[in-house]
Amino acid sequence: MRYIPNTPDDRQAMLRDIGVSSFEDLLKPIPKSLRLSRPLNIPKGKSEQEVVATMTSLARKNLDAASFLSFLGAGSYDHYVPAAVGDLAGRSEFLTAYTPYQPEVSQGTLQVIYEFQSMICELFRMNAANASLYDGGTALAEAVMLAQSHTRRSRVLWFDSVHPHYRKVTRTLGDPLGIRFDTMPLTDGRVKDAALDSTLDVETAAVVFQYPNFFGLIEHLEPLIERVHAAGALAIVVADPLAMGVLEPPGNWDADIVVGEGQALGNPQSYGGPYLGLFAVSEKLVRRAPGRIAGITRDVDGRRGYVLTLQTREQHIRRDKATSNICTNEGLCATRATIFLSLVGPQGLREIGETCMKNCNYLRNKLSEIPGVQLLFDGLHFKEFVFRLKGDVPAFLEFMAKRDILPGIPLKRFNMGLDDALLVALTERRTADEMDRYADAVRAFLKGSPS
Amino acid sequence: MQNETPLIFELSREGRRGYDAPDSSVQAVGPGLSPELRRKSPPRLPEVSENTVVRHYTNLSVRNHHIDRDFYPLGSCTMKYNPRVNEQIASLPGFASLHPLQPAITAQGALEVMFRLGEALKEVTGLDAVTLQPAAGAQGELTALLMFRAYLTGQGGPRRKIIIPDSAHGTNPASIRVAGYEVVELPSGGDGLLDVEALKRILDEEVAALMLTNPNTLGLFETRIEEIISLVHGIGGLVYMDGANLNAMLGICRPGEMGFDACHINLHKTFSTPHGGGGPGSGPVLVKKHLEPFLPSPVVCRHGERFELDWDRPDSIGHVHTFFGNFGVHVRALAYILSMGQEGMREISETAIVNANYLRAKLSTEFELPFGSPCMHEVVLSGDRQKARGVRTADMAKRLLDYGMHPPTVYFPLIVHEALMIEPTESESKETLDEFIEVMRQINKDSLENPDLLKTAPHTTPVRRLDEAAAARMLDIRYYKD
Ligand SMILES: Cc1ncc(COP(=O)(O)O)c(C=O)c1O
Repeated sequence: MRYIPNTPDDRQAMLRDIGVSSFEDLLKPIPKSLRLSRPLNIPKGKSEQEVVATMTSLARKNLDAASFLSFLGAGSYDHYVPAAVGDLAGRSEFLTAYTPYQPEVSQGTLQVIYEFQSMICELFRMNAANASLYDGGTALAEAVMLAQSHTRRSRVLWFDSVHPHYRKVTRTLGDPLGIRFDTMPLTDGRVKDAALDSTLDVETAAVVFQYPNFFGLIEHLEPLIERVHAAGALAIVVADPLAMGVLEPPGNWDADIVVGEGQALGNPQSYGGPYLGLFAVSEKLVRRAPGRIAGITRDVDGRRGYVLTLQTREQHIRRDKATSNICTNEGLCATRATIFLSLVGPQGLREIGETCMKNCNYLRNKLSEIPGVQLLFDGLHFKEFVFRLKGDVPAFLEFMAKRDILPGIPLKRFNMGLDDALLVALTERRTADEMDRYADAVRAFLKGSPS
Repeated sequence: MQNETPLIFELSREGRRGYDAPDSSVQAVGPGLSPELRRKSPPRLPEVSENTVVRHYTNLSVRNHHIDRDFYPLGSCTMKYNPRVNEQIASLPGFASLHPLQPAITAQGALEVMFRLGEALKEVTGLDAVTLQPAAGAQGELTALLMFRAYLTGQGGPRRKIIIPDSAHGTNPASIRVAGYEVVELPSGGDGLLDVEALKRILDEEVAALMLTNPNTLGLFETRIEEIISLVHGIGGLVYMDGANLNAMLGICRPGEMGFDACHINLHKTFSTPHGGGGPGSGPVLVKKHLEPFLPSPVVCRHGERFELDWDRPDSIGHVHTFFGNFGVHVRALAYILSMGQEGMREISETAIVNANYLRAKLSTEFELPFGSPCMHEVVLSGDRQKARGVRTADMAKRLLDYGMHPPTVYFPLIVHEALMIEPTESESKETLDEFIEVMRQINKDSLENPDLLKTAPHTTPVRRLDEAAAARMLDIRYYKD
């Protein structure tokens, strides 16, 4: 009961002041037949010490990033998080504040949101960003819904090079709204103009690209986006914010909506959540953007201050016309991203990106020298790539696991016709030694050395 | 009077750094980026040293009200104490550094956390099956409505309309729209409860569902809930409970027994995850057996000693989250449930109810009480009397800020004039409540004797009243404008 201050005496005094003789009197509105007449079947409360022990033993049943060498990516990445990020975002003033409904006492949170929006706009070179959505997948779903309501068209085109989970989430939310989704073929892992031209039609609300794509390939989207626009559709780009220190931002190619997963910006992997849905739009779509937006204004003394703005788009006012239901978002993750981006700055972001690319090329190169390894999809990769090897994938995973290596994510689970291939991710945290260890282990596996 | 705080961009000086990237240990190999793909002008992120960053965000943080500082009786939002230990537990490397797609065999502890949390939530709600995937309450609502849609489609057709009372939270109608349904709003009765006669009049075969908050957003328990639910079931519809107010019924009563087909729980409210200035939250959905096949995939299940993710669910509505939901929030919720345990659960709700009724009894002398019956864990008052003196609820709210207390929720629910929606929660002591009562009485007194003091409030906050209309008119939502 350590989180509840009132004593039995307090309660008695309060009940007296309320004017009832017992607590039960306050339950009058609940029909007797509905009142639970037994205690809940959950264990008795535990001391803090016991809770820590139980939860720690659960944590120890997991193999965390320190127990093996991880080459897993596909939307969740092992990037370095500077110490100041957790320290500052963990301050109770950020941690235990609510949504900033009273701006006079929420200037801290509101200014952070404004800075966050500004940074996301800079990364993607877009005109407006919101205060965050749930994650990359739900951000794509919101983008597609926005495209439908803006264009009043209901067909969406995409490719296997867009994260399969993002597509699944988007379909779940888009199907009931009558959106039709068509998956188009790729050529060597990338989008080809001709394929686009032959499928774009007057029903197409949007085309979705990923940048770098799900296979780690960096594609030149500018000519593709031009074609999308020529057909009167919107171009939606799922972009990796961490790559924006080195890659030309999609806003410079006239993307209409840029979404992405912000976990890489200072947030732990945390078994898939909480993550950070990024959402940015061009000028013409600002008033249709979902979620909260903070803006600058003045107080009665003329001082600069921040408020949540464009509330007229929100559910509390439009109720039965609302186009998005997002309320609680990922505020703290956005705060972490803001602090992370302030620390790394433009140079740090570029250096992290360069290192990811170098590491990716380094391991690809090493593997390419091993007979029995087939690299898929030629071209420039950012931090991920796909390969296939002679031999059984489960056996390979097991062989690597014995060496404390998680070598990649088998693409079989995504049903994209690449059943014997692995998606490998390299962040700036991987060292040459670690990558050499990886390559040596692959060589040993293919030579059939005892496991 | 404090000065304006600079923006981090305004502290930027070319060449300053707050982070040293490690020396890359490998040589570049292969072709570089072609010029069309290489970024031409760097993003204008701030260039600042680490200590500037620390000082800047520390200075910003103290411009926030937060629950660790003082009372935060924001109705419907359940601002209660967040145990410190939960933060430590959630950041254990065994939780914080797990990859969502690492083999299940290497994440048995994480799956067990999710499984045990799910079991506890089933017991608390009296429902049969659970998904932890939704990332917030609103997403939980939507997830359940999509499951309703799938279920009804199997029964002959998804139907067209979903009914909500006019006291419903704004996310309810929005979720209905996003699920592809029409919103039908039902006016509440004079007692603040759902008007059962009016409901009967609008029930027809096109009604897919009724969505209710219970206790409702006026803080009142829907006494005729069983009758209401059987009416909707009678026309083949389903009934959803917005469980954001579950803090009022832990161990006291359960939505499953009332007859609800599904409900969501806001873990970030009832199960004490800090709100983080606007999230993350988590909105698990619990359902009765007949809806189980439609749960989003994957579902966590147990085979003997082994925990697994079941992805193969042919009738599933699909995925509503990229991975498995906000796992970090699941960890905190389980730790909280372990701490409170069976007796603690009930103690939470009993104390929350006593606290709210205490404020109701003490404040109804000076403030209008629109509805008579005892309330559950929150109470809605009206500022009509003060408005008649020219002082609006917004003025009173702003004046509370001068006392270092966060105001209640104002102007919601929409059906109460000048609404003040107060939720003290169980974590506030009698002394805090007495202090709040004193302040509210003083504010009432000032509304008679010194209304200007209220109309010009707040006086002590970092900024004073802000021009929200101007913000929407002259949109300034990013630092670099070109
Ligand atoms: C009654 C009610 N329903 C639904 C919600 C929505 O929950 P969330 O903000 O987590 O999406 C809230 C809280 O904001 C609420 O108070």
